Amino acid sequence: MKNLLDFYRTNMKTSFLGTLQYPVAQYFYMIGMMAEPVIYLVVWSTVARAQGGSVGGYTPGAFAAYYIVWTLVRNINIVFTPYGWEWLIRQGQLAALLMRPLHPIHQFISGFAAEKFFVIALWLPLAAFLSFVFKPELHPSLLQMAVFAVAIWGAYLIRTMLLWILGMIGFWTTRVSAIFELYFALELLLSGRLVPLALMPMWVQQTAAYLPFKWAFQFPIEVLVGQMPPGQLFAGLGIQLLWIVVSTALMQVVWRMGIRQFTAVGG
Amino acid sequence: MRLIRLALLYFRVGALNELQYRVNFFVQLFQSLVALVVGLVGQALVFSHTPDLNGWTRPELLAVMGVHILMGGLINAIIQPNMQRLLGDIQEGTFDYALTKPADAQVLASIREFRVWQIVDVAMGLIVVAVAAFQLQRAISLWQAAAFLFVLLLGWAMLYSVWLMVTATAFWIIRVEQIVNLFEGIYATGRWPVSVYPDWLRSSLTFIVPVAFAVTVPAEAITGRLTLPTLLGALALAVVMLALARWVWRRGLRAYSGASA
Repeated sequence: MKNLLDFYRTNMKTSFLGTLQYPVAQYFYMIGMMAEPVIYLVVWSTVARAQGGSVGGYTPGAFAAYYIVWTLVRNINIVFTPYGWEWLIRQGQLAALLMRPLHPIHQFISGFAAEKFFVIALWLPLAAFLSFVFKPELHPSLLQMAVFAVAIWGAYLIRTMLLWILGMIGFWTTRVSAIFELYFALELLLSGRLVPLALMPMWVQQTAAYLPFKWAFQFPIEVLVGQMPPGQLFAGLGIQLLWIVVSTALMQVVWRMGIRQFTAVGG
Repeated sequence: MRLIRLALLYFRVGALNELQYRVNFFVQLFQSLVALVVGLVGQALVFSHTPDLNGWTRPELLAVMGVHILMGGLINAIIQPNMQRLLGDIQEGTFDYALTKPADAQVLASIREFRVWQIVDVAMGLIVVAVAAFQLQRAISLWQAAAFLFVLLLGWAMLYSVWLMVTATAFWIIRVEQIVNLFEGIYATGRWPVSVYPDWLRSSLTFIVPVAFAVTVPAEAITGRLTLPTLLGALALAVVMLALARWVWRRGLRAYSGASA
């Protein structure tokens, strides 16, 4: 256990220092990413104004708050891409990783986690700019902020596991982009990324409640911008924990199945 | 003209190359369909809450989406792969191989690559536009169709100019890959008519990265909102941007130093 913590500390330090080298590239990436939520924000604010000030319980100010926090959660949600698996397997990197005594996923969990601290620092001025332009209604309590700080890491872990499982499809087939795109499309609709789930038809909301997507995305946002009572906040954290456990277990199962039939060249 | 024949030759070679991998067609088709469905769901959601968006009705917005997909296909088929290859060539110094050829370097750099399967998006965009036109129950006169194609071409020329100018900054700055991310984000704004965006964004989307002229204006040609001043303005802007791109290109070439002797 001590070795694991040691590894995390060292890898996070290395990864963080590596990220610091390319701040401009990171900034361009983040600014490019802002286009998506700004588009949604503008469109839905227009709808809200046309409908007499609010739609689905969201005013333009509430939409602004939702989509600005969206940008932070979206950045926290960036984990090892399933497309990277193609590279891992075909380039022989996976074989090299398997030689280590530690499960390969730890390298990615720690590496990406370290980058998030840098990302949060870069995000603050962008958020300030967006807030200045779009005037969000945001008055979170101290408890909400504390739960949010925990919830974003829960979201990070859930999405890490889910995308790791998705990437492992590469063990069985090389034609994966269609499957990945389908997954991302579903995630876009069911996680609260396209719109707050309250604006979706009832049957979609009910389906989304049983899937992990919303707990990796909408839940942290709602913690900060919504009006959830403390009971609901902690219940939400509990469900996040449940999904972390379930997805980790599923990941281990698929991992063992995949590794057993994995043959590699190179490395 | 010689350059046109050259372009057609490159397109043929590129197409033949990709036609070897027929499965890629089905993969592209599937991905385009998924993207289309997500777009339609988004629009359906908006219209479940309101009958129109800033004066644009549902079929009109469908036309905008169709043009967005169509133009996206044209960008990904020709502009994006060529600009990406140009960027790589400048960074690696292998652009020399293009410079030593007896054809204009800018034209060569712009037509070398051709992703034929992106035609799926072009076709899909055209179908969506046709459906939208049908829903609008307007007879599309020959003039309107001609205006549509003309403005489409102008919009494409403008986007090409912007891409070229930004990629050409690599002659000086070298590392500009992340700007590509910026582009994709900005182009995504074209899914909705430019008039829904706040003023400061709208002017950027009209003149700096002319998404308005590339997407909204052709859609206006289909939905009957196109006016002669807009058409002439598009023509003027396209000419200005192509000239500017050419000037930036020539300045950039002077700053280029290759890796080979």
